[in-house]
Amino acid sequence: MGAAEPSIIHLEKVYYRWPGRASFTLHVPKLTLRRSETVLLLGESGSGKSTLLSLICGTVSADSGHIFVAGADISKLSAGKRDSFRAEQIGLIFQQFNLLPFASVKDNILLPLNFAPKRRKRVTNLHLEAERLCDELGLSDDLIMARAGTLSVGQQQRVAAARALIGAPPLIIADEPTSSLDAATQTVFLSLLFSQARANGSTLLMVSHDARLSNQFDRVIHMSEIIQTERGMP
Amino acid sequence: MILRLAMGSLTARALTVGMTILAIAVSVALFLGVEKVRTGAKASFANTISGTDLIVGARSGSVQLLLYSIFRIGNATNNLTWESYQNIAAHKDVDWIVPISLGDSHRQFRVMGTTPNFFDRYKYRSGQSLVIQDGELLDDLFDTVIGADVAATLGYEIGDPIVVAHGIASFMEHQDQPFSVSGILMKTGTPVDRTVVVSLEAIEAIHVDWQSGAQIPGQVTPADSLRQMELKPKAITAALLGTKSRLKVFALQRSINEYPEEPLIAILPGVALQELWQIVGIAEKSLIGVSIMVVVTAFIGMVATILSSLSERRREMAIFRAMGARPRTIVTLLLLEAILMAGIGACLGMVLLYLGLFAGQPLIDRSFGLWLPIEPPTIREVKLLLSIVITGALVSIFPAIRAYRMSLADGMIARI
Repeated sequence: MGAAEPSIIHLEKVYYRWPGRASFTLHVPKLTLRRSETVLLLGESGSGKSTLLSLICGTVSADSGHIFVAGADISKLSAGKRDSFRAEQIGLIFQQFNLLPFASVKDNILLPLNFAPKRRKRVTNLHLEAERLCDELGLSDDLIMARAGTLSVGQQQRVAAARALIGAPPLIIADEPTSSLDAATQTVFLSLLFSQARANGSTLLMVSHDARLSNQFDRVIHMSEIIQTERGMP
Repeated sequence: MILRLAMGSLTARALTVGMTILAIAVSVALFLGVEKVRTGAKASFANTISGTDLIVGARSGSVQLLLYSIFRIGNATNNLTWESYQNIAAHKDVDWIVPISLGDSHRQFRVMGTTPNFFDRYKYRSGQSLVIQDGELLDDLFDTVIGADVAATLGYEIGDPIVVAHGIASFMEHQDQPFSVSGILMKTGTPVDRTVVVSLEAIEAIHVDWQSGAQIPGQVTPADSLRQMELKPKAITAALLGTKSRLKVFALQRSINEYPEEPLIAILPGVALQELWQIVGIAEKSLIGVSIMVVVTAFIGMVATILSSLSERRREMAIFRAMGARPRTIVTLLLLEAILMAGIGACLGMVLLYLGLFAGQPLIDRSFGLWLPIEPPTIREVKLLLSIVITGALVSIFPAIRAYRMSLADGMIARI
């Protein structure tokens, strides 16, 4: 484990075979992300981006190899431990449909803290922190008790960002968070996300197919550089 | 908060969830209602006659004697002679005895000849006496007291004339005898409601000019001379009796059963009612069966609703998973949802039952003579409600396992 510090993500010789497709394998020889850096992962759809994120988040487990997240080899954790590890360490933002539409904005923001007691302890006042994040992300105060389903797509993505940021997890993973937003909203959203992640000292790993975003990140990684998808018998 | 989210998810699907809850509520109300009617009917049935220690009649089966003497169903195969009646009445252990003479009818209702004592001695619903609603008890030879159903069905009022037909479902009428309604009884929920009561002497009087079931041609005794005659019956159908001491009941029963002059039978009303209920009880069991099926149907509906909601809620579950919820949490969430639905349904069912009871109680009492008591829920009913909730949780294990598998396969990647 000590060798993995001070990286936040470290993958080594990871093999993953998609269930039901025995001859199609994803192989990551090596991938390292340092703490507090912002990384853009570029790749076409179908290049295995989502699977890579699932591996890092621990919702799927690798067939072999090591996946260190925040110093722990999650491939050695039990499924239940991986779930609570994810809750503690990772803030997640998806492409769209991020929120529980029937729940309030506040409940959506606080949702991950239910499964992450340590992360929850870092927040002294839940309501004030949710309000502060909304404020920082440019959501007006009166929205906090609104039903998430009534918000616009842009507002929903900001709520999703607030949910990923609450409790300052060391790693924020965003899977094409801006693809459902128009160009102007994209820029605002990203700069807000960046400043908040930096304020928390969190690492930001964002996945996109849009190379135009590259200049905003510390580092850009192309999927083809780190991943080998193999057909035929491994 | 998880509970609040479960509630939120439920209210977001208010219409389907509401219909499911309504189905459970109606089935629970029906089940509890059937239980109420069943216990009410059983109690009513057992309360048809009380305070009478023995019913005496010509020898036949005990259920048969009970049926014709109390329920006025079927006919006596044989009569009890007046001599035997008087012998039994004179027995040292007999406190009181009331004769019953059946065999004639008025329209679809049976006519029963008896003595005025009947109104004092006949008790129902653990010791309640017959109460006259209107008019007065038998005074004149041709007075009749009619049950509440008779009055209601035929629209009779005090003073209306009544013609008694010979036998049952017969066209031969004792038209020469001017009977009239002198009193109407309050509804009792017993066969008395469907009875026309006359004096024992009246039964004799209308048969004075008759022989072997036909009127003697040309012979008409005027009503006034009938009133002067000493009308002593030759035979009666049955007799109700009370003993001086309850301890003597069995001894008296044995001595009547062994009565040497003619074959008689004495029965304990309670025991005979039990025997009869065992026969009627099949209907009771089928009622329970039907209402259980209704509850089962409601639960199948609930499982179907949850199952069909799973596909539209894949995303919801993927979000929970991404936020660090274990698959176990997803299962808990679904079980919680089912428990909430079943719980709300059960409580609502209880409310429906009480609303139904408050609305229907007087009507049911008036039209069926069935008194359904409105009481706080019994322990049995509370247990039943609990078992409804538990069953709700149990049956939802199936969709929960499906959701568990789905969320394992989907992971956090929410696919549409």
